[in-house]
Amino acid sequence: MQVMTDLFARIFGDGLSSLGLLVAGGLTMALIMALVMASCAIVFTWAERKVAGFIQSRYGPMRVGRWHGVLQPVADMVKILGKEDIVPRDADKPLFMLAPFVIFVGSLMAWAAIPFAPGFIAADLDLGLFYIFAVSSAATIGILMAGWASNNKWSLYGAARGAAQAVSYEIPLALACIPVVMITGSLNMNDIVIAQQGGIWRWHFLHDPFLFVAFLLYFVASIAEVNRGPFDLPETESELVAGYHTEYTGMRFAFFFLAEYANLFLVSCVATAVFLGGWQPLFGPVFLPGLVFVIKAVLLVLLQMWLRWTLPRLRVDQLMHVCWKVMVPLALVCVLGAGIWMLATGQAG
Amino acid sequence: MSQKLVDRLRAEFGERILETGSQHGDESVVVAPADLPDVAAHLKGREACELLLDVVGVDRSELPGHRDDPERFEVVYNLRSLSRNHRLLVKVRAPEGRDVPSLAGLYRSADWAEREVYDLYGVRFRGHPDLRRILCHHEFEGHALRKDYPIERGQFLSAPEKLIQDHEIERAAHRADDSRGAVLPSDLLTVNIGPSHPATHGALRAEVLLDGETIVEARTEIGYLHRCFEKEAEDHTWAQVMPYTDRLNYVSAMLNNCVYCAAVEKLLDAEIPPRARVVRVIVSELSRIIDHLVCVCANLVDLGALTNYWYFYNVREGLYYDVIEPLCGSRLTTNFTRIGGLGYDVFEGFETAIERNLVKLETAIGEVTGLVARNRIFLDRTVGVGAMTPEQALDWGFTGPCLRATGLAYDVRKHAPYDGYETYDFDVPVGTAGDTRDRIMVRIEEMRQSARIIRQALGRGLPAGPILADDPRFALPPKEKVYGSIEGVMNQFKLIMEGARVPAGEAYGFGEGGNGELGFYCVSDGGGRPYRVKVRPPCFPIFSAFGEMVKGLMIPDAVAILGSINIIAGELDR
Repeated sequence: MQVMTDLFARIFGDGLSSLGLLVAGGLTMALIMALVMASCAIVFTWAERKVAGFIQSRYGPMRVGRWHGVLQPVADMVKILGKEDIVPRDADKPLFMLAPFVIFVGSLMAWAAIPFAPGFIAADLDLGLFYIFAVSSAATIGILMAGWASNNKWSLYGAARGAAQAVSYEIPLALACIPVVMITGSLNMNDIVIAQQGGIWRWHFLHDPFLFVAFLLYFVASIAEVNRGPFDLPETESELVAGYHTEYTGMRFAFFFLAEYANLFLVSCVATAVFLGGWQPLFGPVFLPGLVFVIKAVLLVLLQMWLRWTLPRLRVDQLMHVCWKVMVPLALVCVLGAGIWMLATGQAG
Repeated sequence: MSQKLVDRLRAEFGERILETGSQHGDESVVVAPADLPDVAAHLKGREACELLLDVVGVDRSELPGHRDDPERFEVVYNLRSLSRNHRLLVKVRAPEGRDVPSLAGLYRSADWAEREVYDLYGVRFRGHPDLRRILCHHEFEGHALRKDYPIERGQFLSAPEKLIQDHEIERAAHRADDSRGAVLPSDLLTVNIGPSHPATHGALRAEVLLDGETIVEARTEIGYLHRCFEKEAEDHTWAQVMPYTDRLNYVSAMLNNCVYCAAVEKLLDAEIPPRARVVRVIVSELSRIIDHLVCVCANLVDLGALTNYWYFYNVREGLYYDVIEPLCGSRLTTNFTRIGGLGYDVFEGFETAIERNLVKLETAIGEVTGLVARNRIFLDRTVGVGAMTPEQALDWGFTGPCLRATGLAYDVRKHAPYDGYETYDFDVPVGTAGDTRDRIMVRIEEMRQSARIIRQALGRGLPAGPILADDPRFALPPKEKVYGSIEGVMNQFKLIMEGARVPAGEAYGFGEGGNGELGFYCVSDGGGRPYRVKVRPPCFPIFSAFGEMVKGLMIPDAVAILGSINIIAGELDR
């Protein structure tokens, strides 16, 4: 946000009070974030279909927009805007209508603390990492609302699964980030990225073996956190019809869809910032930091897509087994191990 | 061997065996209804008839020679011994309104089969645990396959049936008590899986009672796709039934064509030309490959492994577009064979088209097994899920890959070879645990074996000669004769208008279908139309076990099992 307020200060000079600068800067930043989020979701829906097509020996969209169906997402958006907005007769209407926006807002808020480039961060919070985990949990409420309000048994099952999964996998997700916080001594996202200055060997995932494991744990838990294959249990099409969004149509459904892809990018951005050096390049001085950051995050997204189209889905009890009996203990071991490593190598303050 | 079985039965039961018969190689005995349980128990216990394939009802009220017979209905139990490789038809006759003792206590496969006879003929089975309608709607009036039920009489029916009653929910809650604290009836939730649910490929319905995600009770209902195949068959000539058989198991229509023809040819004692025999073997195996491809890929989709779908479906489409469609003009509804041979000869480039696609098939099998065979998630999802012991599987009337997955190497192509299968060198793959993984792996291996058979058949070269038997009784004359001679015109006219006159009698023609033993029990009254055609669809008995298989498992397991037993609603409901 500093960038924006500086920009406005330069444009208007002393014409704006400091409060005015703050408001103008904040609004602009929020707008940019919303646009980034929406556009990345749109780009990723196209990318997902092309990646799936590539893996499944077919083309994916090819017609709209001359080259490889690049305008397909636009066509889909237009189509979905024209769809009837159906609310089931016996649904809990206010909750039903609100749920997609709760999910959307939850993921939008988390974007505020992502450091795309030096100074380019909407809210440079000292508790940035904590804030991200806290607000992205709000999506769970949205899933529960959608499932309960739909008055459909399949939706309810999807919602129950979604809530159980999100609540469970948040634990290894957060635990895996703790070693990084121990090393940098800060929850501030900017500080975490700056601590990784100096080439790939300084990035946190290569800091020590425990951090490497922690990175893998984070990556797996993040897939579960955003409900994607092989952890897409809340919306398993072959079991629960469509899970918690079975009854949704048109734009309301589109918001679920948008939020899913935004979340996908979000967890990849967090992984990039926390483990993969953020905007720091592989070697040498900082160069086009925003682009470097986005490239890293997009590579992670592609990896998640690759996994989704490769692996079968877990069963709901196996999902819990993996979380509580494998990932949580392993994450705790990582925290302990990283602490011992710090003591042994004399990094502990 | 079968003859000796009948003699042994006579020695054992003496006068209680009322009649013995042997037609077209099918041995049969007639017993009084009261003696049926004893005879069946003897056959199961002492003569190793482990498998009750089917129960067939016949309404004899319009059968010549039986018009005034007070014993209007005949119920035929089709028994098979795998270990001793003999088979026997046990018949009982009953007048209108008289009960027949049920064999549901002896063979679980009798449960649904007897329900079907009750539904379509109104024959009541004494001691049957759950004698309800099965194919027709529960509000349906009358019995559709009785000869006095007019074929055009439709009925409007709408009310859905509640499968799990309230008192059963209470009882289930009581039963679930022991495992983890008290369960209240209100803790349990009934959910309908189907008739329209993404995992029920076709219209099936299972009403399940759930405790969390665990299935406490499951009831299945079928009949959503009932198209009165058997009633329609009685209203068409023998040759006109052929296109209807396409719609039974629409995934492997050619297999249905071949087996139906084999049954009618058995009644006619007809020989088919060698070229037609070889082509039938080839198209049967191609259909089997397609059947297994579709089953396995859909099963993997249900498990969430979506990508495998395209790896297999591309091959299936290749086989359809390169081989099946050029062969008969359509992809699914083939209508390819004729009584006495084939409808069309093979096209130029038939061999190369098949070989090209078999290579693709092997690549695809390699890719799919590479993706799933040792994948930890796949194994966790499938190993031990829906496991059946060989005894259970036989009890339920399983045949085909689902039976072979339990470890029993029963294959009609080996046990009762037809169309020259004895001359081909192939293995019968078996599993060990009878679970979902084994069912998938057995199907995958069977595709390799089918490819082997096809390569052998092509390697020998197709025999030269006609594709249709030159027999004016049932085979249409060539066009030159029709246009060139009065005899040809008359022959054509009679065959088309009245149908082939099939000698009176009955025969059970069977073969290895994609999903198990496919059979047609045909009764002819000597006319141009079938008096009775009863399909023995392989997935009917298999699906009857579904409710028991999923009890105590979770919804995702039920979905995995449902995919692996390959239910094709077209042949399930007919």
